[in-house]
Amino acid sequence: MADIGNLTGNPPSAPLETRALRLRNFWSDYRKSWIAVLALVVIIVMVVASFGAPWLVPQDPYDLAQLDWGDAFLQPGETGSGGYVHLLGTDNVGRDMLSAILYGLRTSFLIGISAGVLALTLGISIGLTAAYFGGRIEALLMRIVDLQLSMPAILLALVVAAMLGQGVGQIVLALVVAQYAYFARTTHGAASVERRKDYIEAARSTPLPTRRILFKHLLPNVLPPLIVVATVQVASAISLEATLSFLGVGLPLTEPSLGSLISNGFKYIHAGRSWLSIYPGVFLMITVVAINLVGDQVRTVIDPRNSR
Amino acid sequence: MVGYLVGRLLQAAVVVFVMSVIVFVGVYAIGNPIDVMIDPGASQEIRENLIRQYGFDQPLWRQYFTFVGNVFQGDLGRSMVYNISVTSLVFSRLPATLELVMVSVCIATVIGIPAGMYAGYKPGSIAAKAIMALSVLGFSVPTFWIGMLLIMGFAVNLGWLPSGGRGEIGQFLWFQTSLATGDGWAHVLMPAINLSLFKMGLMIRLTRAGMVEAMGAEYVRFARAQGLPDRQIVFGHILRNISIPIITVFGLELGSTLAFAVVTETVFNWPGVGKLIIDSILQLDRPVMVSYLVMVVLLFVMINLAVDLIYARLDPRIRLKGGA
Amino acid sequence: MTAALDVRGLTTRFETRAGHVTAVNDVSFAVQPGRILGLVGESGSGKSVTGFSILGLIDAPGKVTAGAVLVDGVDLRQLSDDDLRKMRGRKVSMVFQDPMMTLNPVLRVGDQMAMAVRVHRPMSKSAAFEHARKALEVVGIPSPAERLLAYPHQLSGGMRQRVAIAMALLHSPSVIIADEATTALDVSIQGQILAEVRGLADTTGTAIVWITHDLAVVSSLADDICVMYAGQIVERGTAEQVIDGPRHPYTRGLLDSIPARHEPGRKLPQIPGSTPQLSHLPSGCPFRPRCPLATELCTTEPPLDIRDGQAVLCHYPLERA
Repeated sequence: MADIGNLTGNPPSAPLETRALRLRNFWSDYRKSWIAVLALVVIIVMVVASFGAPWLVPQDPYDLAQLDWGDAFLQPGETGSGGYVHLLGTDNVGRDMLSAILYGLRTSFLIGISAGVLALTLGISIGLTAAYFGGRIEALLMRIVDLQLSMPAILLALVVAAMLGQGVGQIVLALVVAQYAYFARTTHGAASVERRKDYIEAARSTPLPTRRILFKHLLPNVLPPLIVVATVQVASAISLEATLSFLGVGLPLTEPSLGSLISNGFKYIHAGRSWLSIYPGVFLMITVVAINLVGDQVRTVIDPRNSR
Repeated sequence: MVGYLVGRLLQAAVVVFVMSVIVFVGVYAIGNPIDVMIDPGASQEIRENLIRQYGFDQPLWRQYFTFVGNVFQGDLGRSMVYNISVTSLVFSRLPATLELVMVSVCIATVIGIPAGMYAGYKPGSIAAKAIMALSVLGFSVPTFWIGMLLIMGFAVNLGWLPSGGRGEIGQFLWFQTSLATGDGWAHVLMPAINLSLFKMGLMIRLTRAGMVEAMGAEYVRFARAQGLPDRQIVFGHILRNISIPIITVFGLELGSTLAFAVVTETVFNWPGVGKLIIDSILQLDRPVMVSYLVMVVLLFVMINLAVDLIYARLDPRIRLKGGA
Repeated sequence: MTAALDVRGLTTRFETRAGHVTAVNDVSFAVQPGRILGLVGESGSGKSVTGFSILGLIDAPGKVTAGAVLVDGVDLRQLSDDDLRKMRGRKVSMVFQDPMMTLNPVLRVGDQMAMAVRVHRPMSKSAAFEHARKALEVVGIPSPAERLLAYPHQLSGGMRQRVAIAMALLHSPSVIIADEATTALDVSIQGQILAEVRGLADTTGTAIVWITHDLAVVSSLADDICVMYAGQIVERGTAEQVIDGPRHPYTRGLLDSIPARHEPGRKLPQIPGSTPQLSHLPSGCPFRPRCPLATELCTTEPPLDIRDGQAVLCHYPLERA
């Protein structure tokens, strides 16, 4: 057959894709959505405000010594016994809502990120192992993962939290159990594709130790979709923790948490004292939505770039 | 096809068995319910009687097998809090949850799928962007807080709808359901909407993604080359293609909706199975917890199986190749 | 006699990240009823885009920016969207390269064909099915009634493509555009289908534009040939003229590199270099960097030299050997 050929032409030699260059390209693509940039700014502000809370707000709402019963149920804008304005009012025991919210946010971030990181690590390990070794190990591991994926996260978290009791460590553990499966499956999916590629075959034929192959060769190529999953899961973890605390199986009332603040305020909405539960919820919502928007944009930026 | 079915059923059975062991062991490891149940000042004798009555003095594995044996006889134990059989407890609360879930799933689907289809068909339009923005809100915002906002808005401030509880029960065909009365609908509306938001957000995104992918497919181009108008292409061609993944996710999310009902039922004081499990966790009502969880596992496994079968049925590429 | 298809000065441009790309640059050719025109070129030469442009199937970021496309004397580019849609499938239809992708995998063949029938001619479903069955017979599919009930994945590659061809024939169009229609098939099936296509053109009087990269196919099948390079038609003439007496250096190079036309034992000539990127075309003649005859003059636009109906876009057209 006289085939003229399928050349599409040699592209002009591409500049070496250094990590700095890729990062800059990523940022210029990310910037295209002003909403996503705004979301990122919001998150940064929230993180700074919540972690800097001890220096920013006048009251530590979880130090019982600082609370005064006489300050209870102050409306937003009123001044309390400490001499400062309660911008968002106070709750039923005199806690300054703004301070409580910021402390609660800090907890949310701490729990959400640590649960996310741990779940990520666990999930990656399982997924990579399954994809690399194949065979029965893969079948067994992925069976377990699939099984867990079919159970809704909230139920899993609920049960584990109930089993372990209340407390920060327990919650994180519950969240990790509920969430590692997503990471495992995404990793396994991407790694399975990569594993069959030639460069992995080449690496396997060298005397490189397995761990080296896994981490230096396989992992970096599997990372992009994981980043997207990670953002979604952190948002989900924050939301889950709030839900668990709201239901009463999360953090105890003595630890700051947006969920328990809302739950506490729930009793008073009929009495017209809605500020106890609205504001914590607003902050929670903004945070979770912002993280999801960032994750969305990251996904949009990463996807078409990969297929080019 | 039969072989496949049997294989899957066996797998399902193994899964349920394994989960039941895990659940059983896990639940019985939590605290000591006797202490919760009785007055701390009660005498040692009363304590030991109770322990014996509930079989807590037996080794764990024997407790488990007693449990399994009872299950096969249809006895799921007695609730320690309500002192009636778990079976009757659960079944008395189940209809309420089913009503809630059904209405919310309908809302999510009826609104979610068309919205997603439109957003995928005209992705650049303002409407599409608005829809996508709302979908993000739908699945990001914590359900319980939205529920509270709804109550605050419609019940406390506007007074249009009741703030909680289930409505009057009426008769519809051969069912006793609150959906048969106007009052019932007034009560179910807000919780159902609240519950539907998460799933709606998902359905919108999923449908949109499917539409976008389908619109770029070669067969769409080919259909255009035949002179088919867009409307016919969307409803005649594309709908068949995207319905497969949509139904799959729908089925899988059904279970998740059931789980989320726990939260909604708590916020709206809806007397369903979800509220039951929360209360029993907080009160350490072990028999209820164990039975509920085992039932949930069973339900999930069955839903998964059903979804797999439906998927195999719908996609002719799988159906006509042996169904495996 | 009015040409079945008369393309005049067709130009299609794309807006990409790399800038403007003119994928189809001032393309003109005509096809008479019953004749087969071979549109030949490498990947990236713009031949497929030409096909889509004729049917008006170019999506953003592409756009047909100039030219006229006359089918039986009617300029498709002047028609409203709705009128254009009515012409597609009825007066001018298209066959794509890979039938596994172009037929909807979840619908039965009969359903898809019936839809294509009824969109232009309202009739009952059973009448449409009957029409479809007859079309399948014409293209040589055995047991057509059974095939109608099948799903695309149940048919072989050759049969699927025949179904696609049958669908193109449903309304007896004046023009059929076939884009690499046999490239994805086995060589033996290819031969069969090519012979059938030739027969169809003869019996039904349909004009066919056969888009391909395969010169050998074109030399046996086509009555006329257009050679495309970098979005432009660089040579145009009857098959005899172009194959036996090519006048453009590119065409000459292509023909020389066909192994079958070559003496065994000697080194196989090849055109040096590779196809240009459309976003970075050289000034003047696009073939200049690879042409053995290129001079300073070739940095300017080459003229269209026409002799005996054979057109060449070159400063130094070859003499017939």
